[in-house]
Amino acid sequence: MLDRARDTGKNDQGARAVPTISRDEVAHLAGLARLAVTESELDTFAGQLDVILDSVARVGEVAAEDIPPTSHAVPVTNVFRSDVVRPGLSQEQALAGAPAAEENRFRVPRILNEEA
Amino acid sequence: MTSTASGGGPSDGRTDTAALTGLTAAELAAKLAAGEVSSVEVTRAYLDRIAAVEPAVHAFLHVDEEGALAAARRADEDRAAGRASSELAGVPLALKDVLTTSDMPTTCGSKMLEGWTPPYDATVTRRLREAGVVLLGKTNMDEFAMGSSTENSAYGPTRNPWDTERIPGGSGGGSSAALAAFEAPLAIGTDTGGSIRQPGAVTGTVGVKPTYGGVSRHGLVAFSSSLDQAGPCGRTVLDAALLHEVIAGHDPLDSTSVDAPVPQVVAAAREGAAGDLRGVRVGVVRELGGEGYQEGVQRSFRAAVDQLTALGAEVVEVSCPHFDYGLGAYYLIAPSECSSNLARFDAMRYGLRVGDDGSRSAEEVMSLTREAGFGPEVKRRIMLGTYALSSGYYDAYYGQAQKVRTLITRDFTAAFEQVDVLVSPTTPTTAFRIGERVENPMEMYLADLCTIPSNLAGNASMSVPSGLSDEDGLPVGLQIMAPPMADDRLYRVGAAYEAARDAAQGGALIDRVPQLEVA
Repeated sequence: MLDRARDTGKNDQGARAVPTISRDEVAHLAGLARLAVTESELDTFAGQLDVILDSVARVGEVAAEDIPPTSHAVPVTNVFRSDVVRPGLSQEQALAGAPAAEENRFRVPRILNEEA
Repeated sequence: MTSTASGGGPSDGRTDTAALTGLTAAELAAKLAAGEVSSVEVTRAYLDRIAAVEPAVHAFLHVDEEGALAAARRADEDRAAGRASSELAGVPLALKDVLTTSDMPTTCGSKMLEGWTPPYDATVTRRLREAGVVLLGKTNMDEFAMGSSTENSAYGPTRNPWDTERIPGGSGGGSSAALAAFEAPLAIGTDTGGSIRQPGAVTGTVGVKPTYGGVSRHGLVAFSSSLDQAGPCGRTVLDAALLHEVIAGHDPLDSTSVDAPVPQVVAAAREGAAGDLRGVRVGVVRELGGEGYQEGVQRSFRAAVDQLTALGAEVVEVSCPHFDYGLGAYYLIAPSECSSNLARFDAMRYGLRVGDDGSRSAEEVMSLTREAGFGPEVKRRIMLGTYALSSGYYDAYYGQAQKVRTLITRDFTAAFEQVDVLVSPTTPTTAFRIGERVENPMEMYLADLCTIPSNLAGNASMSVPSGLSDEDGLPVGLQIMAPPMADDRLYRVGAAYEAARDAAQGGALIDRVPQLEVA
């Protein structure tokens, strides 16, 4: 941990016996986020994310039990428009950037794990 | 006009080019209106300048010579027929590569979108075209606008024209560097945590983050939807104002766009330039200064505050105690929204697809593609956001950050009951060296310390150059903050300060940018 904290240049604040986030947790997060990260990336990210989380966790020092959360800077409500047909993208335009297309549709890899 | 020619580069032997590229957008607009110059001539001058200095600067990811000249010809024809589309018709502009363009690639500085040309124009792009503005090309940026140095671009960093060993800020470093290198008179940036203002500060240019919702986000590739805001960049406050009025206004295609009249920012800039700030109350934010701020930045800031006092403003100190927690709240909220927004890059509908050899499932292809297509900073933020939003951590991280966001907004509200605008340095330091902070993300994040509160609260904010730091000779920015939908106050105070600064410092700051090596 000490070495890792030094690597990220935060040895004065980052050195703790128990990291905020472990290497295994980072591997789990990468899976959830659909990122096929390498072993060496995991080493780097685990140290960096630990330092970042340790720093941003300072928000916990603020007494805010009764404070309502803000999700948006301006008040946001649903905006409706009348349900009339308007021009949109043509099929050709929509497929123009597709990695693969077939019969005027997006062609995607199989979505189930069994062999087709 | 003698002062402006030097920055445009007389030593590169292209005196005509230098004479035109040294002009401000307002000056160009006047010459176009008077028929003294054509848009084609202006556009060619800028394309020549781009060709000459791009090897040294790398501000652009894409230059559309043919499209720019065609737009310039149309602007000239329209003007000849007596129907110029706007005051800025025929004036060239550099567009950040995060706004969609139907006739140019839009990569967001990422391998994920390499070569992708979107099927539609962003509302900002459309409004620029309708105003007759000439789009020169797309500017470099940190990947998906995440970063403070442009080093996170998959296509290599942009260099700061003041010192090409240093960063031009980020994420909109391409736009700010294009202005400082006289490759464009105007540029568009986007600001999620400071990506317009911080690059403006470190390149000696003007950048404005309008009130959230003031400019449409339709076609702005989303990073953090509750914080992202497009805005104008220029070499002068008036130029930024002219551009602000072209791009601002309600858009039915963006449900968060504010349905209210656009603040009269051009009139405010012109009024401000008269140099009278009597009756204006200015608050110096106590929490945005002191320890950790570079000495030269602090001295430049204090001189700017003295100048505001000399212009007649009433200056007081105000406290915004929760600003100390802004950085933490931002680096929880922005990554959380980023992890959700960037889920769209799934290798199915557009962009990169890797590993689809027939044997792999969609999920495997998705994971391999995202691994190959995203750079390290984007991956870090996606994982950070995934963590902050996961059950068990949500309340302590994302939920708490949202409450802190409320408290920061309340700090602003209380401060604006006492004063008309708030001021601070835009950044704690001047431009750092390329490579200096790459290995240390938390150090990099500190560059956004002063700019973040206005993103969290959604109010309007500007960076205007305050001079050069006396210890390293690099530009320093003065940040001016105004209440939501009071963007005009930024321009009035900014223009007054700019005129006083130029008078006190013996000419426009931007004309002191060193000569670049030309190809």
